Amino acid sequence: MNDTNSMKLIENHKTTGEPFSKDVKISARNVDVFYGEKQAIYDASLDIGKNEVIALIGPSGCGKSTFLRTLNRMNDTIDICRVKGDILLDNENIYGAHVDTVPLRARVGMVFQKPNPFPKSIYDNVAYGPRIHGLAQSRVELDEIVEKSLKRAGLWNEVKDRLHAPGTGLSGGQQQRLCIARTIAVDPEVILMDEPCSALDPIATAKIEELIDELREKYTIAIVTHSMQQAARVSQRTAYFHLGQLVEVNPTEKVFTKPEHKLTEAYITGRFG
Amino acid sequence: MNFSSLLIIVLIVLAGAYFLGRNRARAISHQGMRMHSLPNQYGTLMALWTGVPALILLVAWQLLETPIINHLLIAKLPAAMQAAEPAIIELTISKVYNLAASAGINADPSLTPAVEHLIALNERTLLLNSGMALSLCLICLVVTYKRISPNLRARVEMEKIVNALLLASSGVAVLTTIGILASVLLEAWMFFQIVNPLDFLFGTSWSPQVALRADQAGSSGSFGAVPLFAGTVLISLIAMIIAVPIGLMSAIYLSEYASSNVRKYAKPALEVLAGIPTVVYGFFAALTVAPLIRTLGADLGLDVSSESALAAGLVMGIMIIPFVSSLSDDVINAVPQSLRDGSFGLGATKNETIRQVVIPAALPGIVGAIMLAVSRAIGETMIVAMAAGLAANLTANPLDSVTTVTVQIVTLLVGDQEFDSPKTLAAFALGLVLFLTTLILNFVALKIVQKYREQYD
Ligand SMILES: Nc1ncnc2c1ncn2[C@@H]1O[C@H](COP(=O)(O)OP(=O)(O)OP(=O)(O)O)[C@@H](O)[C@H]1O
Ligand SMILES: [Mg+2]
Repeated sequence: MNDTNSMKLIENHKTTGEPFSKDVKISARNVDVFYGEKQAIYDASLDIGKNEVIALIGPSGCGKSTFLRTLNRMNDTIDICRVKGDILLDNENIYGAHVDTVPLRARVGMVFQKPNPFPKSIYDNVAYGPRIHGLAQSRVELDEIVEKSLKRAGLWNEVKDRLHAPGTGLSGGQQQRLCIARTIAVDPEVILMDEPCSALDPIATAKIEELIDELREKYTIAIVTHSMQQAARVSQRTAYFHLGQLVEVNPTEKVFTKPEHKLTEAYITGRFG
Repeated sequence: MNFSSLLIIVLIVLAGAYFLGRNRARAISHQGMRMHSLPNQYGTLMALWTGVPALILLVAWQLLETPIINHLLIAKLPAAMQAAEPAIIELTISKVYNLAASAGINADPSLTPAVEHLIALNERTLLLNSGMALSLCLICLVVTYKRISPNLRARVEMEKIVNALLLASSGVAVLTTIGILASVLLEAWMFFQIVNPLDFLFGTSWSPQVALRADQAGSSGSFGAVPLFAGTVLISLIAMIIAVPIGLMSAIYLSEYASSNVRKYAKPALEVLAGIPTVVYGFFAALTVAPLIRTLGADLGLDVSSESALAAGLVMGIMIIPFVSSLSDDVINAVPQSLRDGSFGLGATKNETIRQVVIPAALPGIVGAIMLAVSRAIGETMIVAMAAGLAANLTANPLDSVTTVTVQIVTLLVGDQEFDSPKTLAAFALGLVLFLTTLILNFVALKIVQKYREQYD
């Protein structure tokens, strides 16, 4: 299937499947995103439920990262990026006039594609968020937060003897779990993950997938991934993006067994290059 | 035959060698043999073997020519002169050179045989050495041509020769440095024969006047360099107090806050500061800043000398700002965006991100930038010479006039000097100290910058 064909299929497209859910944490309505003149997301509407893992999939350049980054206003750091439409977090518009991005990003944390530990010790990496948000009243409390977060991220046993060694000295998989621990440490409600395993080997990937499954108990998670197996393993719902359009949203099982839209089917059966 | 026509001929021979080698290799492979290397590699090898030995010969010739000719000339001098002291002989020889150049006019008949010999030699040597170089070229060409065969590993051999050439070029740079260092060391050594190194390094009185006549009064010369070191440190310190905060903050502004439009104009504008000749800074310091400080000081009831460390330090600080800001800007920009994103993603403000993530990540590079700026400040001469004065006062008061190591080196060497007087030699001792200090600073700075590079590349 080539681009002209698929373009026809999504002209004036309305998302198929079940983009809305009952127990809503975040709801995006009619979101358009522009980089300068170029539109990257077209009229996307999507609910993300409480304690659910939603996978965002689609071909490279279709706008997955862009959409994900609108959810905690990370796009604000890009000068030329403009966002239209509403995104409600617990029914409050995060693009409202008086919303401050600082507490917002404490509530909606983010883990990136490439592990990006700060050039600080393991301890200070995890303590960074709690410190800037003043979450700990004492050193003891901070120690507790750090330990709890590292345990949650499944890293504690590997690093408990070298908390003061530099975080950049860990292996790639450990670094990524450190970044997850760092995100968990500020006790967010939602965690956004942009291809968190793409720089990792299968074993490290498996560990992180396991972790995502555990984290679901407490957090709402949106994860961008290029691996369909990963989407199938960790998510409850899957959203398929194509050329900036949100093509289909359905329960993961359904997307991978009986996709509704032709483009989704073409993608999951590997008919896009 | 002159040098440029020799060069052209050699180039033609080299090109010829290249094509000969290539065609020969092609011809062999056309006969169905498998050659070890590609035809053009045989060609290059031919050219290299033809050119390099001749080049070495010419260089060696240039180095050896003068001593050999001198030797031959001495043999032609009258016997009485040959027995004279080496210094006298040297003088006579240079006289011979002058006479040969001003052909015909000969004031001293006893030198005539030598002069005529030199003229004859001069005519012959150029012919001789170009002849030798060319025949060497041709011999090598023939030998290499004969060697071309399917088994000749031309590519490997070529790589080796190129390798050696590159090594030789970098050797030139290193040898020059060593040569300069050696000459400074030697002169400094001679100085320390006359003046005790401890007196030089720790003495507090600097007045390098040396008596011209033995009976002259009151100027035996004293070479305690501490006032100079102190002056250098004082002025550099003032300069850094100005340059580091301003440079760093403008770097942070430029790399983190400024819109791309502002950066487009502000960065080059800042870098213009680095392009202003130091003499201009010097008179700015001497004619504008120094009087200003003096008037201000007078208004406050302070006693400011008309040439003050403060004026020189302030202006030097301004001069150094672009060093700090430009280098720091580069290292701050080199901090990966992913680190900033990580910090923003945790809800940190821009300020927190810069203070706690960006600056620590860039710190080694920033320290390196600052150290380079310091070594620049220590080596700066013009501003200090014009604005801080020449008086070797030992003081920590920035309102006094002081002098620095570089300025004293200049004053010691300006004008006619005897080359073996302690006054002249003192300049080399100061130069040595300066050289070692900046060398160490640069070395440390580069190490730090390197360490930083390894982390993010
Ligand atoms: N900073 C930016 N400036 C301009 N255009 C951008 C920027 N970031 C993304 N885009 C454009 O927006 C579109 C969507 O990009 P996005 O990064 O969201 O894709 P993606 O689905 O995450 O792709 P990938 O799977 O390769 O990560 C692309 O066409 C891209 O070129
Ligand atoms: Mg992406």
